Amino acid sequence: MITGALRQTGRLFALAAEVTRAVFRRPFQFREFVEQFWFVASVTILPAALVSIPFGAVIALQVGSLTQQLGAQSFTGGASVLAVIQQASPLIVALLIAGAGGSAICADLGSRKIREELDAMEVMGVSPVQRLVVPRVLATMAVAVLLNGMVSVVGTLGGYFFNIILQGGTPGAYLSSFSALAQLPDLYISELKALIFGFIAGIVAAYRGLNPRGGPKGVGDAVNQSVVITFMLLFFVNMVLTGIYLQIVPPKGG
Amino acid sequence: MGIEVVVEGLTMSFGKQNIWQDVTLTLPAGEVSVMLGPSGTGKTVFLKSLIGLLKPQQGRVLINGVDMVSSPERDIYETRKLFGLMFQDGALFGSMTLFDNIAFPLREHTRKRESEIRRIVMERIELVGLLGAEGKLPGEISGGMRKRAGLARALVLDPQIVLCDEPDSGLDPVRTAYLSQLLIDLNARIDATMLIVTHNLDIAATVPDNMGMFFRRNLVTFGPREVLLTSDEPVVTQFLAGRREGPIGMSEEKDAALLAAELDNPATLPPAPRVIVPQLEPSPGLPPRAAVGRRRERVLGMLDRLPHAAQAAIRDTYARDGAAYTLPKRERITGSGS
Repeated sequence: MITGALRQTGRLFALAAEVTRAVFRRPFQFREFVEQFWFVASVTILPAALVSIPFGAVIALQVGSLTQQLGAQSFTGGASVLAVIQQASPLIVALLIAGAGGSAICADLGSRKIREELDAMEVMGVSPVQRLVVPRVLATMAVAVLLNGMVSVVGTLGGYFFNIILQGGTPGAYLSSFSALAQLPDLYISELKALIFGFIAGIVAAYRGLNPRGGPKGVGDAVNQSVVITFMLLFFVNMVLTGIYLQIVPPKGG
Repeated sequence: MGIEVVVEGLTMSFGKQNIWQDVTLTLPAGEVSVMLGPSGTGKTVFLKSLIGLLKPQQGRVLINGVDMVSSPERDIYETRKLFGLMFQDGALFGSMTLFDNIAFPLREHTRKRESEIRRIVMERIELVGLLGAEGKLPGEISGGMRKRAGLARALVLDPQIVLCDEPDSGLDPVRTAYLSQLLIDLNARIDATMLIVTHNLDIAATVPDNMGMFFRRNLVTFGPREVLLTSDEPVVTQFLAGRREGPIGMSEEKDAALLAAELDNPATLPPAPRVIVPQLEPSPGLPPRAAVGRRRERVLGMLDRLPHAAQAAIRDTYARDGAAYTLPKRERITGSGS
């Protein structure tokens, strides 16, 4: 049982290493990359925008009510924006990429595997990792980074709107506290997180897709597992990254 | 000329289940070999091991000095470009048309211009009789057509070694006969080493230079076709006659008691004498198969080490062939060999 879990983990890491190596190997599958990028983007943009507005609002309302109790209303803007950019945005992006893009990638690779298409590809001397997995992983990473920017903006605007309109906050206080508390590294870590989460989502989806167990039912199970595994990894890695970031980057004005 | 494939002491298991053990054989360069065996004896697994898709636990598969079992992945990928493998159901890419499927290896491995790719691909499509279907998706055509498209794709890079996994399954007897002829013609044209895995008796009787058979986790025999066709091993006679009586049961093996009961019952014996059907010749207009001469040398050289029945059959064949070389042969009706 334990060795089984360890073996799976090891193979997941082996695939991650193989993909990383294959990224730099010519020829790069540019066409496949563009197609996958477009696909992942098209299934994630709208849900991401729709999720980020209420999420930004919830954070703004929660932080707003808390700061009100503490008598620090003037810092609402900064606090809620930091929460959105550093935590909410990369996670929303990652969940959507894993749920919408990753599951499709996993199902696609899995069904190719059981139809022996991947074997046929290997037999023809073409590595499925280089030909199919690398463009997909790069696509999820690129979409994650760009989508993260969009979600940050939409989430921040949503928070601003709710704070100003519903909680009677002042625009000036909101913006000034924002620039008093937030700094550029907050944005960097947000994008770095999105990049890493995109990588994890792509690798896990590809790994489960390349190794389905037992026919079409196995592909369904693999998709299911890939989403669950990605979610668990995401929250764990997010905790680690946040911990490291808070340790090494001094808070502004602190 | 094709490349020799040397298999040494190959043993394969999935978990605790042993598939076959200690398989040692040599596919002679440029010759056509057939591997027989009841369903479920690991013929496909053997094929996939030759090409390095599956990794047996022990043994070696040597091709041009590269061991497909344990050499570095990079060498294995290089060596695979010498192969053409026809999968059981074609294994075509579902999202591409037949044309793109067949053009895939060319586009991946060569820098040919699109016009040249088109010429080569259309030539292969014509060879397997799929002209007019090149724009269809694999999901829109019949199983037999998918198979032939798979063969066309396997042939597009002019492979030195051609492996066919059950080329006949899902084909009617007429198409199977055409396919047998196609395989022989192909061998005459490109002189590739060929291995066909099948349980079709017509193909087994008319196509190969060499034959082998898997049974009970072992390679029963491998050698010139006459050895297997004249063998009196119970497994071989039962299989070639397609009878129920013998060691092969519904679930691969019969138990000893049932076998003994069968032997006691005289009604089930004896097997009909087998006739060795002449091998197919390339279609008129094609060059003679270069492998024929090489095989003759090789087989005559090892003649005294073969069983007596096989020796007689080989002498017979070559005596007949000697006469036949003067007469241009037309296609023959292929008998079942029993």
